[in-house]
Amino acid sequence: MSLWAIGAVKSLLVLVFVLQLSAFLLWIERKGSALIQNRIGANRANIFGVVPFNLGFLNTLVADPIKMFTKEDFIPAGCDRFLHALAPFMALFPALITFAAIPFGDSIVLGGETVELRVVDLDVGLLYILAMVSMGVYGAVIAGWASNNRWALLGSIRGSAQMISYELAMGLALVSVVLSYGTLDMQDMVHAQGRTVLGFLPAWGVFFQPVAFIIIFVAGMAESKRVPFDIPEAESELIAGYFTEYSGGKQASFMLADFAEVVVVAGLVTTLFFGGWQFPWLAADGFHLPLMGTIEVSALVVTLLQLMAFSLKVLFFCWLQILVRWTVPRFRYDQLMDLGWKGMLPIALANVVFTAALILARGEGS
Amino acid sequence: MSPLIFYPVAAAAVLSALAVVTARSPVRSAMALVATLVSLAACFAMLQAHLVAALQIIVYAGAVMVLFLFVIMLLNLQDDPPETGRAGLRFGAGGVAVVLAGGFAKVLWEHSAGDGAVLAESFGTTKVVARSLFSDYLVPFELTSVLLLVAVVGAVVLARRDDAPGQD
Repeated sequence: MSLWAIGAVKSLLVLVFVLQLSAFLLWIERKGSALIQNRIGANRANIFGVVPFNLGFLNTLVADPIKMFTKEDFIPAGCDRFLHALAPFMALFPALITFAAIPFGDSIVLGGETVELRVVDLDVGLLYILAMVSMGVYGAVIAGWASNNRWALLGSIRGSAQMISYELAMGLALVSVVLSYGTLDMQDMVHAQGRTVLGFLPAWGVFFQPVAFIIIFVAGMAESKRVPFDIPEAESELIAGYFTEYSGGKQASFMLADFAEVVVVAGLVTTLFFGGWQFPWLAADGFHLPLMGTIEVSALVVTLLQLMAFSLKVLFFCWLQILVRWTVPRFRYDQLMDLGWKGMLPIALANVVFTAALILARGEGS
Repeated sequence: MSPLIFYPVAAAAVLSALAVVTARSPVRSAMALVATLVSLAACFAMLQAHLVAALQIIVYAGAVMVLFLFVIMLLNLQDDPPETGRAGLRFGAGGVAVVLAGGFAKVLWEHSAGDGAVLAESFGTTKVVARSLFSDYLVPFELTSVLLLVAVVGAVVLARRDDAPGQD
């Protein structure tokens, strides 16, 4: 019974984390884009004008969802009503459950029981994430097809081609990551990054697999269909691409799914390449600082520091994606395909061969 | 295996498989097939075969079916008209279905609940599956890879534009 309860609490925690962060990112994006473009940004939020200061973030956290979900839910004539209604869920659901395999802390002892701080203890964690990412395609594809709109259909065909292409590069880059960690279990990967190399440098994956990091980060951004990879919704060509015919709550679901994918990519990159929940030089019993000796820290503080480290890293990579979105212009379709097939795929393949050769030469495999 | 999860998932697999056959619209049919594959993956996961479940979703539900959908949309396939005539075909298909159902019933009858064995702790983990794949089943595995390679080369040859010599 307690196992079920712990599982339920963990699932809820992660779901709320992803949902809240996704909503919060909308505000960060508005303010961030304003900052980048030398504007002020969303600045009119108050409750009947009685609050003495500006409630900027409430605008997107409270006012926007209320506005979205009370709008008319328009269903275009001649569309496939069932699939049209299903598509937003197919977009949102995989994005929300992907985070289940990402560990957000070390195992803790709670009332005599060891609790792993992740939703599922999955031996094939990385494959699970890849599987869920590949399921995310359907939302966009079906949305465009079911809308009975040419622009939407064009958007979804572009979307499926783009996501298939970038999944390949991402999968190959993940192969080299798996080769160097020797496991598919995300928690084991994070544990492996707890060491230090050369006495001071945290053994984060990015120092061993820099090429794979860049490829996975770029491919992840392409999977989340945001600028510069927003070909499927390119608003200057296709109105709004695959979700042209959506309004109200359904359109909000697509937006939320996009932001949830941003959070997932940030979580994936953090876990694979930046030590996950590892706080630099922090072990289970305290800090092991280079040159300065050991500082003892209680277990509770260690856990809190790990949770904080994970959240901050995820937040950083979310911010980095928003920064890229508002800095780089959109690719043309052929440029996008060239980058995927002629740029990233060969590099990822070469990286796999190089990593495998290195492991073989050092005699680590067996 | 918890029956509370198994029966809904199994029912979803069967119903969506039925929908694959009965749906008139090719896209709906393809989406029902995706639902079948995902339900089957859930069944695999409940049997401790996590690796097979993940691969099922990545390869079939995630890659193969997306290509199916892509082709259906690109060719703009119309809805199937209702079947007409061909009584002989119907009887033939019905006969095959009856034989198949009989076979399933026989297997179910002979292996009803009870003759289960305890699984090893490591069953279905990546390491165990990979070990048997690369030792006991190495030859079939490699032959399959060659088959896939042949298919890839064939696809490239078929899709290549027939440029006149001298051009490009």
